[in-house]
Amino acid sequence: MKSTQARSSFRHGLAAVAATYALFTGAAVAQEPIKIGSFLAITGPVAFLGDPENKTLELYVEKINAAGGVLGRKLQLVAYDSAGDAEKARTFTKRLIEQDKVDMIVGGTSTGETMAVIPLVEAAQIPFISLAGAIVIVEPVKKWVFKMPHSDRMACEKIFIDMQSRKFSKIALISGPGGFDKSMRAECLKLNAKYGIEVVADETYGGGDTDMTAQLTKIKNTAGVQAVLNPGFGQGPAIVTKNYGQLGITMPLYQSHGVASKEFIKLAGAAAEGVRLPGAALLVADTLPASDPQRSVAVAYKNEYESRFKSDISTFGGHAYDGLMLAVDAIKRAGGTDKAKVRDAIEATRGFVGVDGTYNMSPADHMGLDLSAFRMLEVKGGNWTLVK
Amino acid sequence: MQYLLTGLTVGAIYALVALGFSIIFNASHVINFAQGEFVMIGGMATVSLTGSGLPYLLAIPLAVVAAALVGLALEKFAVEPARGASVITLIIITIGASIFLRGLAMLVWDKRYHALKPFTGDTPIAIAGATILPQSLWVIGVTLVIVLALSWFFGRTLQGKAMLATSHNRLAAQLCGINVRRVLFVSFGLSAALGAIAGILIAPITTTSFDVGVMLGLKGFAAAILGGLGSGVGAVVGGLVLGIAETMSAGYLSSSYKDAIAFVIILAVLFFLPSGLFGKRGGERV
Amino acid sequence: MLQRLAAPRTGGMLALAATVALLPLALSNKYFYDIAVLAGLNAIVCVGLNLLIGYAGQISLGHAGFFGFGAYGSAILASRYGWPPLAAMLITTFAVAALAFVVGRPILRLKGHYLAMATLGLGIIIFMVITTEDKLTGGPDGIAVVPFSIGGFVLQGERIWYWVVGTLLLLAVWLALNLIESPAGRALRALHSSEVGAEVVGINAADHKVMVFVISAVFASLAGSLAAHYSGFVTPGKVTFLHSIELVTMVVFGGMASTFGAVVGAAVLTTLPQVLTVFKDYEMMVFGAVMMGTMIFMPRGVVPSLARLLAPRRPESAVPEKEGAA
Repeated sequence: MKSTQARSSFRHGLAAVAATYALFTGAAVAQEPIKIGSFLAITGPVAFLGDPENKTLELYVEKINAAGGVLGRKLQLVAYDSAGDAEKARTFTKRLIEQDKVDMIVGGTSTGETMAVIPLVEAAQIPFISLAGAIVIVEPVKKWVFKMPHSDRMACEKIFIDMQSRKFSKIALISGPGGFDKSMRAECLKLNAKYGIEVVADETYGGGDTDMTAQLTKIKNTAGVQAVLNPGFGQGPAIVTKNYGQLGITMPLYQSHGVASKEFIKLAGAAAEGVRLPGAALLVADTLPASDPQRSVAVAYKNEYESRFKSDISTFGGHAYDGLMLAVDAIKRAGGTDKAKVRDAIEATRGFVGVDGTYNMSPADHMGLDLSAFRMLEVKGGNWTLVK
Repeated sequence: MQYLLTGLTVGAIYALVALGFSIIFNASHVINFAQGEFVMIGGMATVSLTGSGLPYLLAIPLAVVAAALVGLALEKFAVEPARGASVITLIIITIGASIFLRGLAMLVWDKRYHALKPFTGDTPIAIAGATILPQSLWVIGVTLVIVLALSWFFGRTLQGKAMLATSHNRLAAQLCGINVRRVLFVSFGLSAALGAIAGILIAPITTTSFDVGVMLGLKGFAAAILGGLGSGVGAVVGGLVLGIAETMSAGYLSSSYKDAIAFVIILAVLFFLPSGLFGKRGGERV
Repeated sequence: MLQRLAAPRTGGMLALAATVALLPLALSNKYFYDIAVLAGLNAIVCVGLNLLIGYAGQISLGHAGFFGFGAYGSAILASRYGWPPLAAMLITTFAVAALAFVVGRPILRLKGHYLAMATLGLGIIIFMVITTEDKLTGGPDGIAVVPFSIGGFVLQGERIWYWVVGTLLLLAVWLALNLIESPAGRALRALHSSEVGAEVVGINAADHKVMVFVISAVFASLAGSLAAHYSGFVTPGKVTFLHSIELVTMVVFGGMASTFGAVVGAAVLTTLPQVLTVFKDYEMMVFGAVMMGTMIFMPRGVVPSLARLLAPRRPESAVPEKEGAA
């Protein structure tokens, strides 16, 4: 009797040990944080894009963790500063994949950086959500690469539709040297004929340029120009706008979504009145009607960001917000961090409301936004307003 | 005409920055690659000072003084300890300093672009078919005043003449009892102040950020070389020529290549005049 | 025998070869190999640049231009036009040599800061052409590059590239050392001390300066081509004035007139930013401070300063110290 009892208590003991062990390792696995890797241009020439992106990611990772994390696990953000340099982006991506062993990557402030890391991400089979603008990122579709912001092609389309409605048929272009400028200009030049618009002048300016009156004078002296489109970002468009006013040019000026921020208005001053551009609803969050599905998300983000960082929101930070939230949502739907499952979950996203718009991804569309996600905005009284 | 006016404005800024390069070079044969950062500090400091409510009349002098202090600190802590080193080592030190200052600026301020309100308003003035901003007039005017003031300083005052003497022959100047170390010290402060003034003048037209120093410093250096290193007149002329050449190329040739054209011009000038337009054409001691 | 080993040339080469052979023991994943490869490529450029700056005493602030020329030349010919990568690389190198030869003669008549400006201008012109001709070069976003392949063999993967770059680096260092010890090298050093003096003795200053300029340009271009194939893409980010400055800093930091110094400088300054990421927001400040600090306290560069510390005291020699040890 005693030996059976001994054996059974031994078995109980063993079972207890096994159970405890399983509990601990299970708990250890459960406690292992979900690592989200990121490389952003926090310093360097496009720092004003990367900085709000980084701040947004840090802010919301903190908030999500404070609310209990995702699937019971904490989020851990591993972020590096690529300073807008594609080579650094590549090295940091390798570091994220090989050394930090992250579960997915949300980042890539600029198109150049994003394109450079795509082969790495595809080879490593890790989901990657890019925060950069050009359409080439998702066209042709790459299995593991997704993109948040509206594309430059969409911006062109939105602008051309608005121009058509105002009966413009001859326009001038003025753009800068950046990748964004050039790629949007190229997209617009592919599409203008479709909308019955002819481009009669095409000027450019340089990176650190402080004055564009020369180019604008050329445009002003070109016959028949009815409107001017400035695909650009950074302080270039602000100077263009100021010079525009300085030269007394009265034709309507269209900017790109690259300058969709309150800051642009501040920088361009009075000359910004009447400027139109396609922008995310985030910029006019407070004025959206209550029936608009984006209103609550946009207003919440705006209030959080502004109260925490004491500075105006920017659409770029908005891209990062959408990227993170969608990633988290996908992880929840995939039930874990298995890379293939998360990727499938991202691809299956339907009706996800972000600050940039409502996302509907599919195997053929890794961006998920359509033209309705862009709103045509105009500067009135020093502020962004919706053009009805 | 428009191109000329714009070129003058831009050129005046390059001239101020180039003067800064020349002054330090004269005192020490060092090219201070951090010169552009003084321009940045001037602009950004004024932005935050006016942002916290100070009027321009107070903010501007304070910002200039702040930049001058940074310049003095740079000389004291980075250049003086390394005085025996070779030219190229000193260049690397100043480059390190410029990186350091930019990193510091990112923390003290932020990474966004900022605008300053123009001194006397925004309405353009029409001159002979072209328009010019009132701020541009300030730029050109102040530059003119500064150039005149500097030539008076170097030509008439004892301090100024001491600095000139040091630039011609350091050993001889020391023998005459001139405190060469102090000359170096003052020249850094003076250059920094000049750079800061340039930054403040131009900020209302072009906006400013922590990054503006890089390109402006480069162009200022190019202007100083074009005019001939060490020559004050050369710096001013070099700056104006560079500014006008740039805008003219943008207007009449190609706007995308205008920077390249400016450098081609500089290279061409250097090929024919290896010491720049007004540079010291001297023999070399064997 | 031991003396021969201790001689700078053989000893140094052995040390370098040993480092290249044994380093993989410390490299635990592809990321570390990546840094090693990048450091090696930078080192090749720096060895060439050091010949120009350290031995011939000419400043170049535009070498990123040659690097970029090599990178883009290979990229465009191999990827856009489908040339075999080896042919693309050789033709591009030849083109760079020709460019350096043609431009070198007039540019090298300039001295000191004027020369610095001229090379700077050259680098910027190359940069502007690359950024503006986007139909050919992809503009600011760059273009993708096919992997390097010879015959049917494709060079891909960090580990393989490590061995390739390591071997090429050893070759480059060996070539540089041989050049320095050759009559041409001695002529260069004479030039550095006094150009007029050298000419008096019958050395054609212009010819020698151009030769060194071309050689350093070729080193940079080869490294650029390799870098393009290794990374799989090129962007103008590597062709900027800032990159030229980085290269010069590596040479000076490591020790001018010291070939091994150039290698050390490249290795340290390539790895440093990776290490500094812990400083997050302060990274740039720390980097600048490190640059200033090392130059102030070790003005002759790391390797010569360390060598001085380690070398036994030698009696004062009449030979001016500018001619550093190889």
